[in-house]
Amino acid sequence: MYTEKVMDHFQHPRNVGEIENASGVGTVGNAKCGDIMRIYLDIDENQVIRDCKFKTFGCGAAIATSSMATELVKGKNIQDALEVTNKAVMEALDGLPPVKVHCSLLAEEAIHAALWDYAEKHDIKIEGLEKPKNDISEDEEDEDEY
Amino acid sequence: MNKLIYLDNAATTKTAQEVVDAMLPYYTEQFGNPSSIYGIGAANKDVITKNRDIIAGSLGAKTNEIYFTAGGSEADNWALKATAEAYEKKGNHIITSKIEHHAILHSCQYLESKGFEVTYLDVDENGVVDIEELKASIRPTTILISIMFANNEIGTIQPIKEIGAIAHEHEILFHTDAVQAFAQVPINVDEYHIDMLSSSAHKLNGPKGIGFLYIRTGVKIRSFVHGGAQERKRRAGTENVPGIVGYGTAVARAMRTMEKRTAKEVELRDYLIERIENEIPYCRLNGHRTLRLPNNVNFSFQFVEGESMLINLDLKGICASSGSACTSGSLDPSHVLLAIGLPHEIAHGSLRLTLSEEITKEDLDYVVDQLKEIVALIRSMSPLYEDFLKKNK
Repeated sequence: MYTEKVMDHFQHPRNVGEIENASGVGTVGNAKCGDIMRIYLDIDENQVIRDCKFKTFGCGAAIATSSMATELVKGKNIQDALEVTNKAVMEALDGLPPVKVHCSLLAEEAIHAALWDYAEKHDIKIEGLEKPKNDISEDEEDEDEY
Repeated sequence: MNKLIYLDNAATTKTAQEVVDAMLPYYTEQFGNPSSIYGIGAANKDVITKNRDIIAGSLGAKTNEIYFTAGGSEADNWALKATAEAYEKKGNHIITSKIEHHAILHSCQYLESKGFEVTYLDVDENGVVDIEELKASIRPTTILISIMFANNEIGTIQPIKEIGAIAHEHEILFHTDAVQAFAQVPINVDEYHIDMLSSSAHKLNGPKGIGFLYIRTGVKIRSFVHGGAQERKRRAGTENVPGIVGYGTAVARAMRTMEKRTAKEVELRDYLIERIENEIPYCRLNGHRTLRLPNNVNFSFQFVEGESMLINLDLKGICASSGSACTSGSLDPSHVLLAIGLPHEIAHGSLRLTLSEEITKEDLDYVVDQLKEIVALIRSMSPLYEDFLKKNK
């Protein structure tokens, strides 16, 4: 059901992890639907994305799109990073099954959420970036241990 | 990595060689239509009766109470829709549970659209129907109670004997979907006061595309497929002779092996449950611990999403299933897991492993070893786990 590229990124995800004191962090999705993506950006003084990491709770497509999205934005300046759309992520993965298209939208939103966080922290405005609609935070639902 | 460990026997089973061998002549040599007058046709009438007899005997039913269908879903649809129609004058109320198969739930929704009223009983955290709630739900207009014998996802076995007795006492028809339970646990339709029972051959090493509905003599039920006199005029269509032969052979085989097979499965099932509980943290066994199908294991793993678990298991040669939304094509996880009270995110991380007689302890050791690594890997990538660890530092 998945392309070779998707399977490759699922089995060998690039850039998994966290960045301490990240320039921007964005978390989107919610556990209710079964997908949460968190993207960490390390942005240098020239507004170039020096490093990018992710953590994702989700299906194979969610993990593969997160991995591909981090690869695509790495090394880009923040303006160009905005051009990494869900379509671009999907194309880079040679396509996704129709029911999984929302995963690629989540990847785009996660990058936008991280950029928004960066912009807010640095009190700047990024041309064309809108406030992410799907940011979730710790107050959502408490995880109960059992 | 060539070995395939098939742990999805609740989805379907391997057709037994004995069953295939019994079926094959009915495609090539004894292919006649049982309704025909000449030898190779008419002889198949007796073949059908013989196999119907085997199946009836396994349930303590009479031969003419077994009606062949194209599978379990058809049997469920028939039982609900055709009795609802036949008993419409008596009443319009049906009682079922929230954890039924969709063949029941969607048939109930259809009947609701036609003016019937349906009560969907809650289940407790183990997936067991509450008998008191059932009793309280009975109305003068109740015509049918339909409760599954055992659940396909979490394996919980319902108190069918008690439910049957209650239905009988109130003169309400009792149907049970026994697709998962038949040939896994002993069933006697008289002892359990079952009026109708659905079953499907491919769950017990029989062929796909054949099932039956047991209908007790005296139950009024409309014909579901019109156009011929087959199945005592209640289900038209040339009989699936190879399928019926396969089904009869599979039932005879399953009854012969049931005691030994299920004893072995229970032992392996409990071994698997114990190893997972002891070795994988933050997990929860779904379904009742003892009132449980011999071959069913169902766990939820916190901070883990089901589909990614399944793909990773597949890469290791292990076939399993999950109640996660991503495996169903919808955004909601399994209605069964939600009904036993699991939060959405935990329902998404469920894993069902259903054993067969071929599974060995060594297979399960391999599965647990792989599963441990897979769950740890997925958690290492999970933002939920990251938050959990930070919170509990």
